[in-house]
Amino acid sequence: MNPISVGLVVVAAAALVGAAAGALAPARTRPLVTGTATAVVGLGGVLVGVAALGGQTWSLTVAHLLPLAETTLAVDALSGAFLLLIGAVAIAAGVYGIGYTSPGGAHATDEDDAAPGHDGVGAHDDASGPATAAASRTAQAVLPLFAAAMLLVPAAASVSTLLVLWELMALTSLVLVLAEHRLRRSVRDAGLWYAGMTHAGLVAIMLGLVVLAAGAGGESFAAMRAGSAGLSPATASCVFVLIFLGFGSKAGMVPLHVWLPRAHPEAPSHVSALMSAAMVTLGLYGIIRVGFDLLGGGTRWWWLLVLAVGSVSALYGVLQASVAADLKRLLAYSTTENVGLMLMGVGAAGVFAAEGNRVLAGLLLAAAVLHAVNHAAFKALLFFGAGSVLRSTGLRDLDRLGGLASRMPVTTALFAVGALGAAGLPAGNGFVSEWLLLQGLIHSVTGAMAPSVVVAISMPLAVAVVALTAGLGVATFVKAFGVGFLARPRSAAATGATESPLSMRAGMGLAAAACTALALAPSIAGAPLSRLLSVLPSVRDGAPLAGSDVSLRLAGIAGSMSPLLIVVGLLVAGLGAAALVRRVTHGAPRRATPVWGGGSTRLSPRMEYTATSFAEPLIRVFDDVLRPEQDIDVTPFAESEFLIESISYRQRVPDRVEARLYPPLLAAARRWGQWSRGIANGSVHRYLAYGFIGLLVVLVIVGITS
Amino acid sequence: MTAAGVVGVLVQVALVVGGAPLLVGLMRQVRAVLEGRAGAGIGQPWRDLRKLMKKEAIRPEGTSWVFTSGPLVLFASTLVIAAVAPFVSTASPLDGVADLFAVVSLLLLGTVALTLAGLDTGTAFGGMGASREVTIAALAEPTILLAGFALSARVGSSNLADIVAGTLATPAQVLSPATLLAAVAFAVVVIAEAGRLPVDNPATHLELTMIHEAMILEYAGRDLAVVELASAMRLAVLLGLSVNLFVPWGVATSSAPLALLGATAVFALKVGLLGAVLAAFEVFIAKWRLFRVPELLAGSFLFGLLAVSASFFLA
Amino acid sequence: MSVLRKIIRTGRVAEPSLPVPSVDAAAGAAPAAPAAPGPLAGSVQLRHIDAGSCNGCELEIASAFGPVYDAERYGLRLVASPRHADALLVTGPVTRNMADPLRAVFDATPNPKRVVAVGDCAMNCGVFAGGHGVEGAVGDIVPVDVEVPGCPPTPEAIIAALRGLTGR
Repeated sequence: MNPISVGLVVVAAAALVGAAAGALAPARTRPLVTGTATAVVGLGGVLVGVAALGGQTWSLTVAHLLPLAETTLAVDALSGAFLLLIGAVAIAAGVYGIGYTSPGGAHATDEDDAAPGHDGVGAHDDASGPATAAASRTAQAVLPLFAAAMLLVPAAASVSTLLVLWELMALTSLVLVLAEHRLRRSVRDAGLWYAGMTHAGLVAIMLGLVVLAAGAGGESFAAMRAGSAGLSPATASCVFVLIFLGFGSKAGMVPLHVWLPRAHPEAPSHVSALMSAAMVTLGLYGIIRVGFDLLGGGTRWWWLLVLAVGSVSALYGVLQASVAADLKRLLAYSTTENVGLMLMGVGAAGVFAAEGNRVLAGLLLAAAVLHAVNHAAFKALLFFGAGSVLRSTGLRDLDRLGGLASRMPVTTALFAVGALGAAGLPAGNGFVSEWLLLQGLIHSVTGAMAPSVVVAISMPLAVAVVALTAGLGVATFVKAFGVGFLARPRSAAATGATESPLSMRAGMGLAAAACTALALAPSIAGAPLSRLLSVLPSVRDGAPLAGSDVSLRLAGIAGSMSPLLIVVGLLVAGLGAAALVRRVTHGAPRRATPVWGGGSTRLSPRMEYTATSFAEPLIRVFDDVLRPEQDIDVTPFAESEFLIESISYRQRVPDRVEARLYPPLLAAARRWGQWSRGIANGSVHRYLAYGFIGLLVVLVIVGITS
Repeated sequence: MTAAGVVGVLVQVALVVGGAPLLVGLMRQVRAVLEGRAGAGIGQPWRDLRKLMKKEAIRPEGTSWVFTSGPLVLFASTLVIAAVAPFVSTASPLDGVADLFAVVSLLLLGTVALTLAGLDTGTAFGGMGASREVTIAALAEPTILLAGFALSARVGSSNLADIVAGTLATPAQVLSPATLLAAVAFAVVVIAEAGRLPVDNPATHLELTMIHEAMILEYAGRDLAVVELASAMRLAVLLGLSVNLFVPWGVATSSAPLALLGATAVFALKVGLLGAVLAAFEVFIAKWRLFRVPELLAGSFLFGLLAVSASFFLA
Repeated sequence: MSVLRKIIRTGRVAEPSLPVPSVDAAAGAAPAAPAAPGPLAGSVQLRHIDAGSCNGCELEIASAFGPVYDAERYGLRLVASPRHADALLVTGPVTRNMADPLRAVFDATPNPKRVVAVGDCAMNCGVFAGGHGVEGAVGDIVPVDVEVPGCPPTPEAIIAALRGLTGR
């Protein structure tokens, strides 16, 4: 019995049973039932992924399930990697969701607008409705279906199967994003943007794949793989650009990212984690599958486009994240940044594959996929942490949080692990994949083959982009962790925070364990990555990552690093220093004393630095890109305009891409729509004439072409 | 992992830990002499540290484990760099993991630890210092990595021992345009990372002009001693890296005891000389306004980019 | 480089250091001066607080740390935060508004610490005794360990008193 088929049956069965049970179960047991079902779905996915990465393959063709087409499913090492990733996130999200959708917590508040300016009020007492909006029957029942749809997309092996599963994934995620739509207006806006962009992406994917299938003479992946060599370069490029736009919009690349910072914050936190950590990687999967596998590698300029768009996404995403004051919006923009880094890896790999340098191409593609896995681990953990904070305080606004280190110690410690990974510092898992990416980029100008001019110009710029992204990423997560969790609470809601329930801590713990394992022993990914690369014809090469359990060694080029030794060294040095200090000072205790505030005895938490003030130097340095908006309202006393009663200061950093690019497009679409209303003016004669002329045109065309 | 190799690592660590406060004392003494003063002597920082260990430590209200562990993380990260970098010998047992990018990330880890500790105090000074420090660190990253790229491109590896060995093997490369440009870029970055003039004034009393000092205003006693020692070590490590990556002659290529002894003396001499030059340079300049520092870093980034282009087009 | 020429031309400005003062020869050391420096030997960081002075003592302290007298050579250094300080240099009579901040500074300084009252105003309110904004002398707010009389005290007197703390 092929473990892959067992796993897929588990996925489908658990999803259907979980959805049905979630719809029928009483509210008291619904969180447990649906959470467990989602975790089992994830477990099935992990089983399939491990088996596929271990070398198993599987395929299935079912006729008559879909109209006009066969349903083809196939699993190889490439799909296996993404199945493993998504399955693991689904397990953690399922466990976490049990506690998150349970009654209690302060996140079911009536807030007009999620933007800063409204304090968390407290638990919402609604005897009639569900305890929290995220616990509504629909939202809970759909969760296992969403996880299953995400798991089946990498297993699709024909165009129609892929499109149906893609749309299923989009619809279930849309339902989940809209779970809290009664509470906040911004959720409805987010749902609208998300629905529009995901369907625009679907159209692009559909066009691209249909053109490819028509040109290759068959709609199954096997047929397209065989027939893509016969496509003309113009057609192949057209297919690639359409695919890139479609899958890239799902991944969240600039300028098609505008739905991400709206939808991810407004969704319930376990859904945000699933979307950010797992769903965006399916965009990456699509680009790799079509570009490297079905189109067989392609020409160089495709991948330079991917590299360029990835660089812009990485920089823009991290810049917006570093100045965001809303915690979940910050995490959403950080997803854009990491997707940009993944696309840079994929693009650089494609450039080298097109030039024939398979060693570097393999290394860079492995780095991109490993970064996707690392990102899934730490981004899920970070969103879980943000969800814990949201549930406990009702706040997403960093300017009002703080002081959680003593009130929510477990959440703080686990968020620190995630932030360490996201910042790309040693002892975090993001460091390993960024190091691999850098090694791939810097070895481009050395080595046996003299680099081409294009490579010699683009790779140093790519290194500079990765470096600036890494630096700003550190700034972002120092802000998120330092302002959000440390020092003293800045609002009443933060003062009243309590630790999350056990299932939420367990979910976070699972994600943190994955982060730690990937940080300390990254060589476990070596064999699976080489099996993944062997699936793709243009980058097939030996193992990119060799090395023992202790250190990471690159095969074919000189480079080695040991994250485990670094961490061991840090622990030995730190603990040794602590022991030495304790010996020298004879263990004298510390004196508790008020904070030194320049002599003032009236220090209040309002005087602490906020997230907005922390980001102020960055806003100043990058103000040409960010264009912040400031509003200052001065309210004088009624009696005299020279006596000020209050001053209100508000600073916003809008998404400049959205503000400049989308209104003209939407206005043009609206104008076109209004013009086309003139065509349907209500006259029956005109409609009959349209039908008659249309029939004539079709007959003429058929007559000419036959 | 020979005994001689382990001895070499221990010698290097002892040299950096013991010699860093002496380096700071030397720099203060050079500055004092140029200003016409008598100065406190090279050993004054060690006297300060000894006295600080006898003072009581405090726990400000509202701080957490981040505040108490910040100095230790900063110290540990700098110590690991001191252990793996090829200061005294390129034949150490740890040079398989002495990657340039790993070292740069360890420096950043130390910065982050102190920054979070500054935020944890909950004072406006701590937050301000943290915000400025993190901005400068973020803007210095591209320059460091491009300078590292230029150095690695020459030898085909970003391993520190390989870079040093490569320069020892072909001495003429030191005068190549790529290396000179990378040296200038690296010099600016070292000044920014170590918190010296014109980026930051380590002796200022005006909180609004502080960057590094503002984050440590709340530390006292043993915590302050660890922070001061770790900052001195960070300066020593940065100067040591710039000296050995660009002027590596004197580094031992084996683990022979005599070679190690000679290499220790040469390294101490080189770093002392560079520190004295830096201190003398600081007498002639004033601190720059904070929002001109990004322009300085952008200029050094351009030098780094030119260095990489030169390493390809002119190599 | 005009600065470089000036440096070379000027040379050393610091006057030669005087012999280590004994307890009774140190100009102005109060009877309540501490005996051996103890834990602060060789290194004393000072935090200056202006509790309400006319700034005359500040000018003398600035001169004491300037190139001519160079107090740093005895292990003394001015620091910005009381947490880094071992001794507090307080000048001026303590005004009403500065009484609580002075107590806060004293509390913030870690032990072992010393308080040095510089100038007649710090010792006994000097010419401002009885003023409506004056709370009292420094000794009325925080315990004083060393006093330096004078209005203002000369830099030599200040340095002699501080050298009693470092023992250098």
